[in-house]
Amino acid sequence: MARISASVYTSHVPAIGAALDLGKSAEPYWQAVFKGYDFSKQWLKDQKPDVIFLVYNDHANAFSLDVIPTFAIGTAPEFTPADEGWGPRPVPKVIGHPKLAAHIAQSVIQDDFDLTIVNKMDVDHGLTVPLSLMCGQPQAWPCPVIPFAVNVVQYPAPSGRRCYMLGKAIRKAIETYDEPLNVQIWGTGGMSHQLQGPRAGLINKEFDNAFLDRLISDPEGLSRMPHIDYVREAGSEGIELVMWLIARGAMNDVNGGKQTSLRHRFYHVPASNTAVGHLILENN
Amino acid sequence: MSLDKPYTDVPGTTIFDADMSRQGYHLNQFCMSLMKAENRTRFKANERAYLDEWPMSEEQKQAVLARDLNRCIELGGNIYFLAKIGATDGKSFQQMAGSMSGMSEEQYRDMMAGGGRSVEGNRYIGEKK
Repeated sequence: MARISASVYTSHVPAIGAALDLGKSAEPYWQAVFKGYDFSKQWLKDQKPDVIFLVYNDHANAFSLDVIPTFAIGTAPEFTPADEGWGPRPVPKVIGHPKLAAHIAQSVIQDDFDLTIVNKMDVDHGLTVPLSLMCGQPQAWPCPVIPFAVNVVQYPAPSGRRCYMLGKAIRKAIETYDEPLNVQIWGTGGMSHQLQGPRAGLINKEFDNAFLDRLISDPEGLSRMPHIDYVREAGSEGIELVMWLIARGAMNDVNGGKQTSLRHRFYHVPASNTAVGHLILENN
Repeated sequence: MSLDKPYTDVPGTTIFDADMSRQGYHLNQFCMSLMKAENRTRFKANERAYLDEWPMSEEQKQAVLARDLNRCIELGGNIYFLAKIGATDGKSFQQMAGSMSGMSEEQYRDMMAGGGRSVEGNRYIGEKK
């Protein structure tokens, strides 16, 4: 049977992708960000996942205001990097895992989470920047990726609680898949940032670090934090952090299993407008 | 009974909810059209003519022509859509965000390098700093 071996959490700031793509990663400003991922790159090589289930949000690229799905699972064989207005990122296309994705969709919908199934979509920096941070600049990504897009653009995003419970349903789906796949689940976005209005540039280190602490040791309690706390404390775009709870809800320790191990933790301000946070949790 | 909107007392912040989305639909869809290189070229060649192809309000068109992002947001624009205008102008996300805060590009960049805008005094409208 397939199993979830680990979860990865990271911000997905577009400027990080631009820094890599434009050859600026050696600059001291960006080195301060990338050094937080040195451990993670080696760790990912050693772990050799068969599939990455990658939770992210689209930023008005695959989805316009014509259709706004709250939860959308990518079931296509491949996904092309989107032209977000600056031209597409020069990164490998993303290879999907249609068979596992279809299995997860069927299981999760029967478990009361009404997913939108997407057989054709481009993927934006929300998905490709985490891959770049964890893999560097390879010719091909190391394994198939199932994109899982969450609406956090038009308010309200799903609640933290809903996301956390969805993570549990995704775990159940993966564990009933017949092939012995090593699956990782990634939650991306955040941390504190606000990109709009006179309050743009908001950063809240205290909130962010408390969020990391609670995500590790009290995800159940954290999942009950209301939207307004994210908006007020972490900025209007800080609400992306609810997506981390999907990955967290899929781990062993919150599903009657053994304790998870914290393998890596990193926090840095700033990357462009945003605070960068990163965790790796392993199942035992 | 009206909906509870606990986010209207956050200073300098407009939450893009269903009401804003309804008002900004055509404005945001115009922005979305700028994802295509040929549309960026047509827009740049004659902005007014391109905007007139969209059923946007005159206020929305004026806000786009003036690149007044705060006004665009007030009229239903969402920052991820409005970013396509900035991309068309060759601006970075940091330049766009800075332009809404009333700071110069350099001041904004320095603020971010110094740890960003503090949340202290920025949680509630009218709160003492």
